[in-house]
Amino acid sequence: MKKDENKKLSASEVASAGLVEAGTAQEFITGSWRSERPLWNKDKCIHCLTCWIYCPDSAISVEQGPKGTIVTGVDYNHCKGCGICAKECPDKIKALTMETERK
Amino acid sequence: MIKTVYSKGKLVAKTGNEVMAEAMRQIEPDVVAAYPITPATEIVQIFSQFVADGKVKTEFVAVESEHSAMSATLAACAAGARAMTGTSSQGLCLMWEMLNIAAGLRLPVVMAEVNRAISAPINIHGDQSDTMGARDTGWIQIYSENSQEAYDNMIQAIRIAEQAKLPAMVTTDGFIISHCMEVAEVYPDEDVKKFIGEYKPERFLLDIKRPYTLGSIELQDYYFEHRWQLAQAMRDSTKVIAEVGADFKKTFGREYDFFEKYKLDDAELAIVVIGSTAGTAKVVVDQLREKGIKAGLLKVRVFRPFNGEQIAKDLANIKAIAVLDKADSCSGTFAPLFTDVASALYANGITTPKLVNYVYGLGGREIGIKDLTDIYAALGEIASGKRAVSKNVEYCGVRI
Repeated sequence: MKKDENKKLSASEVASAGLVEAGTAQEFITGSWRSERPLWNKDKCIHCLTCWIYCPDSAISVEQGPKGTIVTGVDYNHCKGCGICAKECPDKIKALTMETERK
Repeated sequence: MIKTVYSKGKLVAKTGNEVMAEAMRQIEPDVVAAYPITPATEIVQIFSQFVADGKVKTEFVAVESEHSAMSATLAACAAGARAMTGTSSQGLCLMWEMLNIAAGLRLPVVMAEVNRAISAPINIHGDQSDTMGARDTGWIQIYSENSQEAYDNMIQAIRIAEQAKLPAMVTTDGFIISHCMEVAEVYPDEDVKKFIGEYKPERFLLDIKRPYTLGSIELQDYYFEHRWQLAQAMRDSTKVIAEVGADFKKTFGREYDFFEKYKLDDAELAIVVIGSTAGTAKVVVDQLREKGIKAGLLKVRVFRPFNGEQIAKDLANIKAIAVLDKADSCSGTFAPLFTDVASALYANGITTPKLVNYVYGLGGREIGIKDLTDIYAALGEIASGKRAVSKNVEYCGVRI
């Protein structure tokens, strides 16, 4: 599903050989079929960025803080709910936990 | 007899394989990935020696199968390299999956292909079943009558493929051209390099400043548009092939068109054929002309794209035409070249010539002057109404 549903391009308009420019996933909501969602606990998080490193979909949102890069949440438009972030979050911290997706 | 036509040309005695490898040496692609073992002939093996001897800077990738050869070649091409390979027969069959991908991704891979029979039964000799099997893969197909044409076609194929953004295969008939030594004129390295120019792809995967995805999935909404683009690129490539042919003539002196007409303009009887058999047929045409029979020949050089409009014009005034296929389609009806010729004539409103289809030469079965003379005799009977046109494919040289 594209956020902005454009008209379909014709063969003369569409890029040659099905070439797709990098970064176009930004324009699409790809997390709608998630069955579980990660919950991020702001108070527990130590901003080690392990989740950000492991996320296969770049769905951990981060920003530049005064003391370095910090986690700001989960991008649910792109998170598929694979649970890797919750698995990799250090055991003593457990700032990310999985729960059943609510529709 | 080949004579020099280019002021700086040099006559050499080489086999078809050797001249194709020589063309590859002069082209000096960035990458050659190949599986140099039978059924491939020695083209890439000779080329690998050039690499080993430091005569070219090409990266030679020895892979584990022809499927991998085409995969590595098209991948190198996608990365931004000028990439080539070579194969034959079963090797081309094993490449089939990747042939379609090279075309679908619009990668200008150029391949030296030697036409050899396909199994079973096992046979290493010359026929065109292998490339006819790949006729619908989106590859440009250029066939050669002799070593000179194989060499010239290889040089032109680089520019044709890169301008048309389509892969191209240049073929020779197995053994008859590939292993037969004859005189060919070669041009100086720097002149060939100047003619082909540098490969400058608009987009390539190693361009890290402009990253993109190539080869993604496309379902009902966009697949068809991209396949249309591929088919349209093949239609548009006729212009590219004509332009490159014209520039080749201007540069090196030899003329190349989609078809070669030999004594065809005033002919009443004509053979249409691909490859080395055209050489034999020219001798037969000359003999018949001496007897006052208006025989002519049309040799198909470029089979994909098939220039139907041109061939319809060329054949419009012939009374009886025999289309010779060195491959059978086992379709229950006619063989590949005949089908295209007949469709082209009908679509262009040419319905007067009587057409007959002969399948010949499978597995390297000889076709000689007598066979072709007999075909022209049959055409004479068909033209005069003494003999009916067969409603099915005829065979030349098989014991039925």
